[in-house]
Amino acid sequence: MKKQRAQSTILKILSLGTAMSLTCAVWADEFTQEDLQRWNQEFMAAVKTGDKLFHGGLGNANTVSCDQCHPNGANTHPETYPKFQQQLGKVVTIGEMINWCIQNPLEGKPLALDDPKMVALQAYIYWERRNVPLQPGKH
Amino acid sequence: MKKLNRRQFIQRSGAFVAAASLPVSLVEIAFGKDHPQNFTFGFISDSHITHIKGKEFVRNWDQGLKRAVAEANLMDPKPDFIVYGGDLAQLGKPEEIDHALDMLSGLRAPVKYVMGEHDYYVDLGAHWRKRLGPDHYSFDHKGVHFIVLNSILTYKDWMHKNWKTGMDRMKQMARLDNPNGSPFMVGEEQRRWMKKDLAGVAHDTPVVVLSHSPLQKIYKGWNFWTEDAEKIHALLKPYKKATVLYGHVHQIQYNQIDNISFHSVMATAWPWPYPASYAQGVSHIPKLTVPMNRADPFFERDATGWQFINLHSGKVDLNYVLWENNKNRVVRFDPDKGHPVDTEYQDPAKRIPPQEHY
Ligand SMILES: [Fe+2]
Ligand SMILES: [Fe+2]
Repeated sequence: MKKQRAQSTILKILSLGTAMSLTCAVWADEFTQEDLQRWNQEFMAAVKTGDKLFHGGLGNANTVSCDQCHPNGANTHPETYPKFQQQLGKVVTIGEMINWCIQNPLEGKPLALDDPKMVALQAYIYWERRNVPLQPGKH
Repeated sequence: MKKLNRRQFIQRSGAFVAAASLPVSLVEIAFGKDHPQNFTFGFISDSHITHIKGKEFVRNWDQGLKRAVAEANLMDPKPDFIVYGGDLAQLGKPEEIDHALDMLSGLRAPVKYVMGEHDYYVDLGAHWRKRLGPDHYSFDHKGVHFIVLNSILTYKDWMHKNWKTGMDRMKQMARLDNPNGSPFMVGEEQRRWMKKDLAGVAHDTPVVVLSHSPLQKIYKGWNFWTEDAEKIHALLKPYKKATVLYGHVHQIQYNQIDNISFHSVMATAWPWPYPASYAQGVSHIPKLTVPMNRADPFFERDATGWQFINLHSGKVDLNYVLWENNKNRVVRFDPDKGHPVDTEYQDPAKRIPPQEHY
């Protein structure tokens, strides 16, 4: 009993300590298969949400959806961003281009760049484009 | 519903500007008096008119169809008829089909209609047929035999699955990249009809088949596909001059399989990417095809348009009237090569950067 209590106290102290960089450094690469699985599930959940938003889930009034021009996210070229978007006259991220689409063909309201919906849309688009080499700046 | 007269149509679609760019001279050359059998027809397709609510429709798609109608009316000499290649509507709603036909009623030529999947899957084509008649038929024009097929049917068990509503089924089929979709087909019944129809047609008669799906197997994932394509090819085998014209793909495609030339037409609504640009898919886009330019989304009508077709000596010259940044294209049957060629870009050395799709 006594020994167990002592151990749990140590654990409590250790877990408090995770906020400190020293302890973190020691634990940084100590993740398990289960961790990996869970993190992947979290990511794939975002892909799934993005998939739904992309296929008519954005609730924009004119009902036009992303997949009408981009089946399977094709022709969005996430691997080329950031790039000089010649029509906008500046270098932009894919999030800014997604907002352009939402505002124009979809006649909807733009999303904040850290809106979970924006993140999910990007998770879906990148997932459909997986294994394609990065080509930032390519037109 | 209010019909627009010709002048209203032209005014509303800004067609005066476009008129200057129509390659009308090509038509005149082919219309020489010594070839009375030569003729031209227009081809408009895939307008995807979308009802929002009440009297509201998606403006963008309305604009495409209005512009095609206005420009087709400016063809000189006049086309003998216009073919509409399918997908009048987005979700097959009566409001959508009626609104599309209202706009098309401004055309100054008779129209031959082809059924698209977006017109069909909500009520299995009932409203479309009520407005337009049978979905498969044939007709003869100046020595050419035309066959219209409903090629967007599918397996009966998918069609008659336990759908909650017809709209449920429509929405599944309307999604191009739906992993739970079902492949297009002409089906046995129509193939039997087509065989009977062709029985009286001499083998040296030019035959043109009008369908919505490609009557080829290009990419199943997006239904650029017809399950019984080879069986249709077999029916056309005895004909020296056979051509298939199809919609659905919203992009330039052309091909030659044995005796049959294949040509797709553009949408008036929006362009689709080539299947090869989907990194996880396997596509069989015809090697012959020189792609359309990549669309610039900032130009609403870029990579959409309509076409006029010149049927000289029974084979096709396909003239793509393309809007905004895409220059007009002409794909013509080359009797020496025995297949269609792009008159400007067929030689790989002549191709331009916007034709690279990735
Ligand atoms: Fe279509
Ligand atoms: Fe279609």
